[in-house]
Amino acid sequence: MSTEPAASALVRPRIRPAWHVATVAETLRETPTAVRLVLDVPTWPGSEAGAHLDLRLTAPDGYQASRSYSIAASTPAAPGEPGRVVLAVDEVPDGEVSPFLVRDVRPGDQLELHGPLGAFFVWRPGQSTRPVQLVAGGSGVVPLYAMAASHAAAGDETPFRLLYSVRTPDDVYFADELAALAGPTLGLDLVYTRRAPEGTADGVGRLTRESFAARVLPAAERPRVYVCGSTGFVETVAGWLQELGHAAGDIHTERFGGLT
Amino acid sequence: MTHLDGNVLAGALSEIFTADVTTARGRCAGCGRTSPLAEAMVFTDAPGLVARCAGCDQVLATFVDAGDRVMVSLAGLSAVELRR
Repeated sequence: MSTEPAASALVRPRIRPAWHVATVAETLRETPTAVRLVLDVPTWPGSEAGAHLDLRLTAPDGYQASRSYSIAASTPAAPGEPGRVVLAVDEVPDGEVSPFLVRDVRPGDQLELHGPLGAFFVWRPGQSTRPVQLVAGGSGVVPLYAMAASHAAAGDETPFRLLYSVRTPDDVYFADELAALAGPTLGLDLVYTRRAPEGTADGVGRLTRESFAARVLPAAERPRVYVCGSTGFVETVAGWLQELGHAAGDIHTERFGGLT
Repeated sequence: MTHLDGNVLAGALSEIFTADVTTARGRCAGCGRTSPLAEAMVFTDAPGLVARCAGCDQVLATFVDAGDRVMVSLAGLSAVELRR
């Protein structure tokens, strides 16, 4: 008898969310308005690609504010080795939480996390052989980057494509990592809305229904589609997808609002 | 403020339910639309979280964290389907 676990649609790794105390290991400039936070989390159980966490700040007077952030990458804690969580946080002007995370957080600072969270907007290796189309607007690329990286790490052979709408080349999150993933396992297509690198064939401009339709997998291939971006971006793209014949159940969406 | 979606409920719901219920399909008591809770419109600027039907705006559920207790209403959901 084989000891290999049987592949089954019912196999769903469930990681219970819990509160964790994280220590900032490193802060890196991600884009002109965003920071990458690398966190050591001694109790971190790992997370599925696309999951998020709630980050809670407590003021000296006890006032608390919490916001959700997608997990770009994470590794579970092992004996003698803390878990690691990577976030990328865009500064929302006049925000209550993000300006602190982007401007003031330093290595050694402690943060409270609740996670991992969310079983809806996740991609699991081996779950399906249908192709996957990822659609990102701005910082919405973070959970989609996690899916693309997980897909490559698992050696999963499902065709994967990422359409990424971004203002300028300087605003690309995980630019080096995405460039390294691009190739046979990930079709990477960047759309620049304000300024493109020299020699970009398509020039500069926002996606339209027509240009979008030409750049994503057609509904006939029945891709599973994951869309993440601002609320306006996600609702526009989800509307186009339905008009193009994609089934509502194949479209997974996650909105970050413009939440402060 | 613009709305978010039901994915953002995962943290608050995990304090009440043992499974992640953002994947559960809920039926709107107003218009009958059935969709995953993750697809509801969620407003976070109220005192608490307010989930509304993406089809008809009906309030589906509210969650208010009052520190020592949490108040939950699911009055706008006429049914919830949880996958095993």
